[in-house]
Amino acid sequence: MIIPLQHFLIFSSALFVIGLAGALTRRNVVGILMSIELMLNAVNVNLVAFSRTTSLQPETGQVFAVFIIALAAAAVAVGLAIVIALYRVKKTVFADQINLLKW
Amino acid sequence: MPEIHFLAQVGVYVTMFVCVVFAVLAVTAANLFRAALALTGVLLGIAGIYIALHAEFLAMVQVLIYVGAVMTLVIFAIMLTERLGDVSVPQTNSSAWLAWAGMIGLYLLLVRVMISTPWPVKTPALIKASAVSTAGLGEALLGPYVFPFEILSVVLIAALVGAIVVARKDDNA
Repeated sequence: MIIPLQHFLIFSSALFVIGLAGALTRRNVVGILMSIELMLNAVNVNLVAFSRTTSLQPETGQVFAVFIIALAAAAVAVGLAIVIALYRVKKTVFADQINLLKW
Repeated sequence: MPEIHFLAQVGVYVTMFVCVVFAVLAVTAANLFRAALALTGVLLGIAGIYIALHAEFLAMVQVLIYVGAVMTLVIFAIMLTERLGDVSVPQTNSSAWLAWAGMIGLYLLLVRVMISTPWPVKTPALIKASAVSTAGLGEALLGPYVFPFEILSVVLIAALVGAIVVARKDDNA
């Protein structure tokens, strides 16, 4: 079963673009974090597809996909902790109402 | 067995299509809990794509970490913060249409570049010969990539301890 590399790339770029649109349009911070997870997953699909079809050292792409998964887990843990702390202080989860650092 | 290969190919394309539909749902749904469930569907579909790319270990990691841990955390955060009742609050900011138009333009550009680029793809025989085993992945992690691997461990422990410190109630601090 050989699926052309381009099809995986088109699929992953669709996921990436949808995730970026979500990160730009959502007001809810948790929704923005979910969109970022979507973008990271699109990148992972790209890495694995390239490592299978073009790389001469096919482990490399998958190792970096594992790194990205671990970093995404760290990012979501810190992000959600910030969201919960913010909700306790400001009673809102909407990004356009959180302007503590704006002047 | 050409029939099985054909069926597997159809399955991969169906999975891709379902993933994209769920992804659109995950970023547009007004109810954030439904969006989280749609995102879980996308993540499971991507695990299927990994299996199609012969990355079985990554598919396993994807299901365990993303679907098992990250989505649980996200759903916890949604339950702790959001009032699911009031859907009258707008969920998108005022320039949403601009973002979507820009993203569609970016997507068309990306697809054009991807189709016209001559990727240095290996021959099918070479692709079959260079499959990645879990043992090979482990040797790569603890061989050439041991330094980033250890740095990542430090980053992960720092981030998780930091998350606990940030989310804790300030009783004594």
